[in-house]
Amino acid sequence: MDLSTAGILALDGVTNGSVYALLALATVLVFAVTRVIFIPQGEFVAYGALTLALLQLGKVPGTVWLLVGLAAVAALLDLVDAIRRGLPPAAMLRGVLRTLMAPAVVAALTVWAAPLKLHLLVQSALTLAIVTLLGPLVYRLAYQRLADATVLVLLIVSVGVHFALTGLGLVFFGAEGFRNPSFWDQRFSAGAITLSGQTVIIFIASIVLIVGLFLFFERTLRGKALRATAVNRLGARLMGISTSGAGKLSFGLAAFIGALSGLLIGPTTTIFYDSGFLIGLKGFVAAIFGGLASYPAAALGALLVGVLESFSSFYASAFKEVIVFTLIIPVLLWRSFQRGHDDEDEQ
Amino acid sequence: MNKIRLLAAAAVASLGALAVPQAMADLTIGVSLALTGPTSALGIPTKNGIALWPTVIAGEKLNVIVLDDATDPTLAVKNTRRFITEDKVDVIVGSVATPVAAAMADVAAEGKTVQLMLSPVNLPEGRGGWSFRMPQSTAVMAIPIVEHWKKLGVKTYGFIGYADAYGEAWLKDITPLAEKAGMKQVAVERFARSDTAVTGQVLKITAANPDAVLVVASGSGAAMPHRALVERGYPKGRIYQTHGAATMDLIRVGGADVEGSFVSSGPAVVAEKLPDSNASKALGVQFKSEFEKANGKGSANQFAAHAFDVVLVLQKAVPLALKKGKPGTPEFRAALKDAFETMGRTPVSQGVLNWTATDHFGYTPETGVLLKVVNGDWQVVN
Repeated sequence: MDLSTAGILALDGVTNGSVYALLALATVLVFAVTRVIFIPQGEFVAYGALTLALLQLGKVPGTVWLLVGLAAVAALLDLVDAIRRGLPPAAMLRGVLRTLMAPAVVAALTVWAAPLKLHLLVQSALTLAIVTLLGPLVYRLAYQRLADATVLVLLIVSVGVHFALTGLGLVFFGAEGFRNPSFWDQRFSAGAITLSGQTVIIFIASIVLIVGLFLFFERTLRGKALRATAVNRLGARLMGISTSGAGKLSFGLAAFIGALSGLLIGPTTTIFYDSGFLIGLKGFVAAIFGGLASYPAAALGALLVGVLESFSSFYASAFKEVIVFTLIIPVLLWRSFQRGHDDEDEQ
Repeated sequence: MNKIRLLAAAAVASLGALAVPQAMADLTIGVSLALTGPTSALGIPTKNGIALWPTVIAGEKLNVIVLDDATDPTLAVKNTRRFITEDKVDVIVGSVATPVAAAMADVAAEGKTVQLMLSPVNLPEGRGGWSFRMPQSTAVMAIPIVEHWKKLGVKTYGFIGYADAYGEAWLKDITPLAEKAGMKQVAVERFARSDTAVTGQVLKITAANPDAVLVVASGSGAAMPHRALVERGYPKGRIYQTHGAATMDLIRVGGADVEGSFVSSGPAVVAEKLPDSNASKALGVQFKSEFEKANGKGSANQFAAHAFDVVLVLQKAVPLALKKGKPGTPEFRAALKDAFETMGRTPVSQGVLNWTATDHFGYTPETGVLLKVVNGDWQVVN
């Protein structure tokens, strides 16, 4: 291998690695706040990329109807809850409206905008809105009641949610894949290495998002509330922080990050309804680097996964996935030797 | 009270509906397809093709049971056992994925029931005695590609294929064929449909700079390595695709990058463009017009064509088997197998079949057609 090949491979690895990094951050965030190992993280990637693809075709994506359906069920559950607790009708109505409002507005906007084939950026914003709103609803319907269950139960629920979302993806988008148009067609050449505009966008978006998350957690009250929930759920609740609100917020962020990742890689590869799983799984491997707790370690792990994947696809393409996923074993060994055994899951 | 009565009535009605088809000695066909899971892109058009099957074949009423196997061999085996023990089917059709269809073959042989596979499965000697393939073998489909390479004077070629049974079968079949023609294999690379990038594999191929590259993948998944090759400056006119990619999805996702590239295909998808001398032309045109009338223009593909061909082979074999037994009996099932093996040359929309006791692939060498992508459509290369 000469230097230019190594350069191309490294660039490619870092590009994919930065997308994995976003997903790893989302995985760590969700786990820290809610103790959910969020396997369906990757589904949001596929939903993001494919929702945009259908909008590009001028069709109303099925995710909109999923959004409306989930919101309706959530509102119904809220209503039942409110009746049980004997709330006054005005408060009941307010609660239902709060659940239904945003999904209804986004759905109406999409139905109106889809046939107009608006500018790519407008469609992207719409896609982000649709998928991001799915996050809190998934938490509300699948996890909220089980918030105090063991990690294992939450993991099993995650597997169920993953299958449900993949199946729905097949219904919404069909079995064939899509490739989205590039956001920026510019190409920069430096010797054998060409940097496409899309790669630049991936880098910039990843860095902006990581810095944004950092500021959110360090500087805003909501971010601090999330951190407090992550440190100690009971303590946070005693301080007046709503843990279910924190759960919804973290799922919303996870869905937003997933959808954004989908928009970022959509133009560089063909995305199928079930592509998200493997992408999300690589983000998960990266998150393991940080022990599902450390954001910087997860981001570094993601870059390592990306670069390793890229180089192993050059040297031994038939064993690429084997090499990437085998990485998890030494990492787990190292972590368990370093930390020793603790039973924090069983608390 | 009313509700209960209604429920009871519904239950009785549905029981009745279940009982009726079994009471009559119809020709029963059990179909196991991947309607969900990774190969649903193949299973769904096949099911649309089955929806157009006639209600009667050779005077026997057709009773078709379609089950989803979710691209899961275990589920497919369960379906197959159900077909044999509960439904007492005369013919088993499916599945569309290679490992899934292979798993069904043993059960079909055990139950002495003919299986019409919708995937080109290579089985070891002594297995699959009751299994006949509807799709062309990869060996047959490799012929037009290697012939074209010979004509162009290709000396070296690269290979990038799925890391699964389909990729493996192609590699195994094209290697000796190309070797005999004096061509050297300079790069063999693998990828998966869900990969986010194939940069590494493509770099290695372009570094070896072969005269031609064969991409072995299916549908829109075949477009990714294709576009990556073109991005790295490999000429489009030297990239070849297999029949798994011979659908409009390749052109839809590949766009300008697949323009001028070559695809090996069965005749059905391009029936109207074939010369009149081709035995499959009339059947292919009939299939396409029927299928596209029901499913929209441009929807016809090879998987739906295989479903169409199942009817053609049954129309020829069932009358022969009826002489020896009635549908639903072991005699009929054994006679059907004999009929398939002895009925001789049978033109179908996907080529000319000639099954024998030793060859259950049966497609004759002239079956494959080489296509070129021109202006976002297929053109037959002579």
